[in-house]
Amino acid sequence: MLIEQLINGLTLGSIYVVVALGYTLVFGVLNIVNMGHGEIFMFGAFMGVIVTNSLGLPLYVAFLVAIIVTGILGYFLERFALRPLRGKEGVSHLAPLISTIGVSIFLENAAHHFFGAGNQPFRTSFSELNITIGSTTVYYVQILIFVIAILLMFGLTFWLSKTKAGKALRASAENLAVASLLGVNTKRVITQTVIIASAMGGIAGILVGIAFNSVNPQMGLSFGLKGLAIIILGGLGNVRGAMAGGLILGLSETFLVAYGNSGYRDAIAFIAIIVILIVRPQGLFGTSTSKSKG
Amino acid sequence: MNKRIKLLFSVLMVFSLVVLTACGNNTKDAGDKEIGADGAVKAKIGVISYLTGPGAGYGEAITNGLKLANKELKEAGEVDLELKIEDSAGKQEEALSAAQKLMNSDNVDAIIGPTLSTEMFVVGPEAELNGVPIMGTSNTAEGVPQLGEYVFRNSIPETLAIPASVQKAIEKYDVKKVAILYGNDDVFTKAGYDVMKKVAEDLNLEVVTTETFQLGQSDYKAQLTKIKNLNPDLILASALYNEGAVILDQARKMGLDVPFVGGNGFNSPEVIKIAGEASNGLIVATPWFAHKDDEKVKSFVKNYKEAYGVEPDQFAAQAYDGLYLMAEAVKNAGVADRDEIRDALAAIKDFKGVLGTMSFDEDGDIVMEPTVLIIEGNEYIVFE
Repeated sequence: MLIEQLINGLTLGSIYVVVALGYTLVFGVLNIVNMGHGEIFMFGAFMGVIVTNSLGLPLYVAFLVAIIVTGILGYFLERFALRPLRGKEGVSHLAPLISTIGVSIFLENAAHHFFGAGNQPFRTSFSELNITIGSTTVYYVQILIFVIAILLMFGLTFWLSKTKAGKALRASAENLAVASLLGVNTKRVITQTVIIASAMGGIAGILVGIAFNSVNPQMGLSFGLKGLAIIILGGLGNVRGAMAGGLILGLSETFLVAYGNSGYRDAIAFIAIIVILIVRPQGLFGTSTSKSKG
Repeated sequence: MNKRIKLLFSVLMVFSLVVLTACGNNTKDAGDKEIGADGAVKAKIGVISYLTGPGAGYGEAITNGLKLANKELKEAGEVDLELKIEDSAGKQEEALSAAQKLMNSDNVDAIIGPTLSTEMFVVGPEAELNGVPIMGTSNTAEGVPQLGEYVFRNSIPETLAIPASVQKAIEKYDVKKVAILYGNDDVFTKAGYDVMKKVAEDLNLEVVTTETFQLGQSDYKAQLTKIKNLNPDLILASALYNEGAVILDQARKMGLDVPFVGGNGFNSPEVIKIAGEASNGLIVATPWFAHKDDEKVKSFVKNYKEAYGVEPDQFAAQAYDGLYLMAEAVKNAGVADRDEIRDALAAIKDFKGVLGTMSFDEDGDIVMEPTVLIIEGNEYIVFE
């Protein structure tokens, strides 16, 4: 039972990680919390439902479609909800937060309209495949989810630290005006970042679909809130922090249910935040110098 | 501009006057209680139903069921009932004024309705005061039949449905240990849990664990893994179908193959749509099952479909049986008298309707065995 619960926790944690990475990327560059991310994630999950269930196509097509559609949604989000507010005189720094909340409400209702209110099944034979070691059953899906989360984290770290685009992104994160003076096309960097973050949301959506077979228009909210909790836990804008925070949250939720009272499951994320904010306000991996950014 | 409004207003006034007088004409034949020339007992039955507003679908099903029953009763010729249908719009005050109109100016002999339990809580005491027998066909709240001597209902509450399904499952599968799983942030699923807990205690079942979840949750694997390792013989799940179907799916995928017993919220064809194969083994109790292998049920479903183009739901079936019960009481009373009809209603024993075999207890609450269903081969069938 311990090992099975450990695997359950790692699966849930890995999904949290992928959701949180999307938040942390946008926050790292733009210093805003993208409240629409949870709903973009939900749209990714619905793309999976349409591709695997309605069209009966294989799983990798679902990944491709979800990445493309959520990427496009990310572009629209940046183009219509963020760009018009950027660099304008007299725009409050809270305005982008509010406009992304607007996007989230719009997307949730759109999903409600197009896909219906209830849960949609996610049919793929892949979710049945498993190996049994001793008394423990491990599903390939669970391994896949864990591997994808790890790959995304390392890929993102590598991209940010080693590639030119990544360096441009970090420069823009440091200071938009200076980066722009030094020849970085900051407009493109920002658009690119939001698109990549949204595509990661799409991937996370598919992962939830195959892991839990539960896709509905309201799922964006609960996963979105958990994602926010994780980036505060791990340190805002920090990739390793998102990874650690996600796994910690997934494991602690699972073990709380396994050995404690399942009624407190959703409380644990927020209890953890309160504790972290008291003990280490910058988050587990955050650095206090990041304050100077704003 | 001003003149135009005045003109419009006066036209409206004249129009409403005409309508009012038309209504007045309808009520002039109040109070004739006699046996018709052909020997049929004549009686006037008032109906209060939710016909306009968000819940109009219920009222439509209910009145459809009543009209169909009345047509058949007229053809059978033993009683001659006249239905006086009033709209309550789902509101307490409108239900009350409809009831007062039916009782005082239409002089009905009995009332069927209102649709909602909240409406019954204001209409029931008024009927009691006037000594008019009243029967709810869709009220499931606690305390409705206890409103008075004249208040009856033929709709079974959740507190009866869950024990019936648990009892049947225990007999079939020789259950000793159960696990309970319920949504703790919804009044309906919480109430279902309270009933399940009590049933488990009453039947001396060992509850290995009680787990909770929240509305809209996606991941139930932690709870299900825990339950699986405790090896229960049966899982009692108080969930709405949306979460319930996902729970079934995740449980079956991890090899948790024991049967589930659900409450009324779990009873929906959507479960099969969402969970597919995984929904097999779900047991629920329902007052109405349209595919029962029974002559009465078959002919009712057929006639209803012919008349209204859709399959009758629970509300239509309960209303249909409600009028039959009322007709039985009128027939046994032999005269259209309010007190006689009340006594005849209370005396009904083992009346066979489309819902099943019905009797009333001393409170006027329905006594019947709900139909217990199980999902097998991806469809609901009667569980025996």
